[in-house]
Amino acid sequence: MNTVTAIKPTLTVVEPETPAPTQPRATVAAPAPKPAAWYKGKGLQTLRAILPPIIGFALFVGLWAIISQTSPNLPGPIKTWQSAVQLFADPFYQKGPNDQGIGWNILNSLQRVGIGFGMAALIGIPLGFMIGRFKFLNDMTAPIISLLRPVSPLAWLPIGLLVFKAANPAAIWVIFISSIWPMIINTAVGVSRVPQDYMNVAKVLNLSEWKIFTKILFPAVLPYMMTGIRLSIGVAWLVIVAAEMLTGGVGIGFWVWDEWNNLNVEHIIIAIFVVGIVGLLLEYALLLLAKRFNYE
Amino acid sequence: MEKYVQIENVNMVFDTKKGPFVALQDVNLHVTQGEFITLIGHSGCGKSTLLNLVAGLLKTDDGVLLCAGREIAGPGPERGVVFQNHSLLPWLTCFDNVYLAVERVFGSKEDKAKLKQRTHEALALVGLTHAEYKHPHEISGGMKQRVGIARALAMEPKVLLLDEPFGALDALTRAHLQDELMKIAQTTHSTVMMVTHDVDEAVLLSDRIVMLTNGPAATIGDVLSVDLPRPRDRLALANDGHYHHLRSKVLEFLYHRQLRPAA
Repeated sequence: MNTVTAIKPTLTVVEPETPAPTQPRATVAAPAPKPAAWYKGKGLQTLRAILPPIIGFALFVGLWAIISQTSPNLPGPIKTWQSAVQLFADPFYQKGPNDQGIGWNILNSLQRVGIGFGMAALIGIPLGFMIGRFKFLNDMTAPIISLLRPVSPLAWLPIGLLVFKAANPAAIWVIFISSIWPMIINTAVGVSRVPQDYMNVAKVLNLSEWKIFTKILFPAVLPYMMTGIRLSIGVAWLVIVAAEMLTGGVGIGFWVWDEWNNLNVEHIIIAIFVVGIVGLLLEYALLLLAKRFNYE
Repeated sequence: MEKYVQIENVNMVFDTKKGPFVALQDVNLHVTQGEFITLIGHSGCGKSTLLNLVAGLLKTDDGVLLCAGREIAGPGPERGVVFQNHSLLPWLTCFDNVYLAVERVFGSKEDKAKLKQRTHEALALVGLTHAEYKHPHEISGGMKQRVGIARALAMEPKVLLLDEPFGALDALTRAHLQDELMKIAQTTHSTVMMVTHDVDEAVLLSDRIVMLTNGPAATIGDVLSVDLPRPRDRLALANDGHYHHLRSKVLEFLYHRQLRPAA
């Protein structure tokens, strides 16, 4: 009984990711009191917008259910759902260092991503500006960047362990090194694509280098920079699961590994969804932020 | 009369992949203070190149360019430029776009209130007080070009350089802005050099029309003095015999003597 009352609010917290917010809109739009023709058109439009994703999800879940029927070790959607309800009933419990709620695991992973990504942004964005502005620097760094960029993120982990002699900073180091490239490259490309017209304005007005940066370069490059940041966050969140599987500690990646050792497959599937949803939310938040800086 | 802008034996050669390209050859031109000069010629004849040389955006080793007795070594605030495509910074309001120029020229000598006043005055001069705090994407093409003019004028330049400023505008807006530019040039006694390929615009606005021959190796083919009395009225001139005579002289130069075979 206790759990039932606790489940309800968490349900609404976890779900509103994809199909949920659109469903109520459809039910609100359909029984319209006033101008019927206008509302019919509107209702049809929303229906057209939300129907394909709903069908897609239904097919996905259906396929999953069928596969789980044939493979006894793979839990089906219903079993996973019940397990998720239980799991999210108490996301912030703490029973020692290796047994903490899913909420703590997510927050710990986000913290690592935040630190690693933050440091990458602090170094990568100014570096990108300088590489874009000075050709010499570009020619100097281009071969190194092209050499290091395609390296698999996890290949950097041993170096991190060796240098920092601890698992946590090594994981942050991996995030840092794998998420810095998109920011350097996109910022540098942005600087080199600043329209010549704007640079002519700077020349004709005889602006100082600082004014050129604050009034022309920075605002002109901002959209490119935001793209770089978005790609970087994506990479960082992609890499954290793998890095934590290797380094351990509290985090969603290690949690997946731990549940594998416990053979709790429901939890692994839940973790996959959680990682997907958090990644989607990060991406969406940055897209909203990027929209603010679009001038045209 | 003082020679305000002096262009002496100027050649301009661009290095291209196919070897050197001579854009301008042996150009000589003197502009006196307060004079309104238009440069006219077929497209690609190097009129914008000549203007950019005066602006300081291009450099040549061959020949001498002087402005108010000093050699033109690079761009400077004493030569205000209005670009063809307005070149306003889209993230700044009209006021801030003009203020950027005002601050640069007068920022070291005057306080903020005075700088703001100058900006307001420049925008009032082009009739844009009501749109001061709008962003460029919120106003029409003609208004953007006015902000561009206000930005150049606010610097109180010795010479105003305009590179086909009305080329991208519709005919009615263009006529309106030509009238305003005429008024502004008269009230501020500006020295103006303007690139155009519109014959009517050239005759209406200029004291002298500088006609360039076709490139490559373009040079000044002829200079026509426009001795129509000021202030000029577009409607009265429409029936003026002398206006049409001047106009046909420019047309004759462009289409008889300098007709492009494949234009």
